[in-house]
Amino acid sequence: MDIIGFFQNNYERTLLLTWEHVWIVALSVFLATLIGVPIGIAITRNQKAAAKVINSANVLMTTPSIALFGLMLPILAVFGFGLGKVPAVIALVLYSQLPIIRNTYIAIKNVPPELIDAGKGLGMSSWRRLREIEIPLAIPVIIAGLRTAAVMNIGIAAIAAYIGAGGLGVFIQQGIARVYDEMIIGGAIMVSLLAILVDAGMALLERLVTSKGIKLEKALKS
Amino acid sequence: MIQYEKVTKIFGTGEDTVTAVDNVTLDIDKGKLVTFLGPSGCGKTTLLRMTNRLLNISSGKIIINGKNVMEMDPVKLRQSIGYAIQQIGLFPNKTIYENIATVPRLLKWDEKRTSERADELLDMLRLEPSSFRDRYPVELSGGQQQRVGVARCLAADPEILLMDEPFGAIDPINREVIQNEFLRIQGKLKKTIAFVTHDIHEAIKMGDRIAIFQGGKLVQYDTPEIILTQPRNQYIADFVGADRALKVLGIIRCREVMEKSPPNVVQGSMNTKEVLKMMEEHNWKHAVVLLKSRPIGYVTPKALKYEDTEVREIARPYPVTVEEGSVLRDVMSHMLMYDMRVICVTDEEERFTGLVSLNHIQKHLIDIYAEDMRENV
Repeated sequence: MDIIGFFQNNYERTLLLTWEHVWIVALSVFLATLIGVPIGIAITRNQKAAAKVINSANVLMTTPSIALFGLMLPILAVFGFGLGKVPAVIALVLYSQLPIIRNTYIAIKNVPPELIDAGKGLGMSSWRRLREIEIPLAIPVIIAGLRTAAVMNIGIAAIAAYIGAGGLGVFIQQGIARVYDEMIIGGAIMVSLLAILVDAGMALLERLVTSKGIKLEKALKS
Repeated sequence: MIQYEKVTKIFGTGEDTVTAVDNVTLDIDKGKLVTFLGPSGCGKTTLLRMTNRLLNISSGKIIINGKNVMEMDPVKLRQSIGYAIQQIGLFPNKTIYENIATVPRLLKWDEKRTSERADELLDMLRLEPSSFRDRYPVELSGGQQQRVGVARCLAADPEILLMDEPFGAIDPINREVIQNEFLRIQGKLKKTIAFVTHDIHEAIKMGDRIAIFQGGKLVQYDTPEIILTQPRNQYIADFVGADRALKVLGIIRCREVMEKSPPNVVQGSMNTKEVLKMMEEHNWKHAVVLLKSRPIGYVTPKALKYEDTEVREIARPYPVTVEEGSVLRDVMSHMLMYDMRVICVTDEEERFTGLVSLNHIQKHLIDIYAEDMRENV
């Protein structure tokens, strides 16, 4: 088996598919963040809604991805988006909701009540408390949720090749169809590498956005 | 000035209600520190939290400087009042400077003024600004964090402070230190303060007046001395403790009981024979020897008998003297430690002002407890 030869012969296509893959995942995580983080914060203010929202996100996550693509197909077909990148991105956004909403919710809930009390008592508005205390304290855990979502999406996006979304899943899908081992393994290697790189990148981001005071606190506690 | 008028707080609705604060009326005069004292669940914290509307008032009124708090914007109201809590609640993601700057920033002070104010406060609380400003709360000891909590609550120079067991989270030794420092600061700043505590010692030490609560009701509101000497009922007597006569020693100052300008005082330059004659004439058991108004020691007739010199040559120095401002507890402690029945009292410049004896203290205590004793006969 000549994997290196495969990459040498197909490097342009490999780059293109990798780019496509990254793009789908990046867009979906971005959209999922815009939706999930505000929902996660909003449900900390309402205990009943919190249980419902988190359970719904749980159900979504337990649905197998192939099944979800299948379920969305007839609905999106009405708008002419049954196949391709649009249903893939939508599915990825939905899958990302659980880790993002759950982590945001837990992180905000875990802000020590005396900090909220002090902020309130000193005359911070609830918006200001959110911005200056709750979010800065929650951000490491929120980013950890994004990290889980991004890594998971890289895997699911590979499956989205079956509904014509493109990306590195194409190598795996075509490789299986053509019984072309180098292609299957080449695709798998690229997907794995991507997941490892994104994971490391998000870990770095987590460290960059965490306040020094909180890092010191963690270091002292452990 | 804070006025509480028939303030009531009821938690819950329907049959499931708890009256946490029950028809409380009291005034905290401008510049005074009032301690809210009582066991947990007595309503003291609830009353405090209604003052800056962290809790809503069920009925009654709270008026701050003539304005009803329920008619004010809660956020603006809180910005105008200092607030410190037992858990301190320093924001761990902010530096010490940023923590102190919280309220000035809310009030949109310019950065220079905020910065100068923060340094001033750190200095006042004996935290070196250059070394503490840029550190994070987690890098400070509990006592240092409490100080920053106090600095943060004083930052925008509010006229009124609400403090909920602000020194509750530190060890007794550091608590004593920070209490003394806070009293020193309060002596200068003269803020109007509501101070919640469950510690009778702290209440006596800190409070100009003490408000004692029981089951949401205000049961006595008086100066520490009156609370200790004339507790209104058994509950308060129990709460202040069987040793209240000893506690009272911690608040009465020497100048209130001492004998000012006693007669048995001689100048150091006098001759011993002359002094002996004076002492025998007046039947003094001892005489204080002064030199430039300062007590350098004492003499007894026995010690003078065979001497012929200046009296200062043979005066036996006092092992200890006390200042007029010392509390009787310290004075008595010295008496017991040095086995002295009489101690010399001086002013701040160590000039002799009088004598205090065990008899003086006893007489004073008997006077203030006289009412008590009569009741018990």
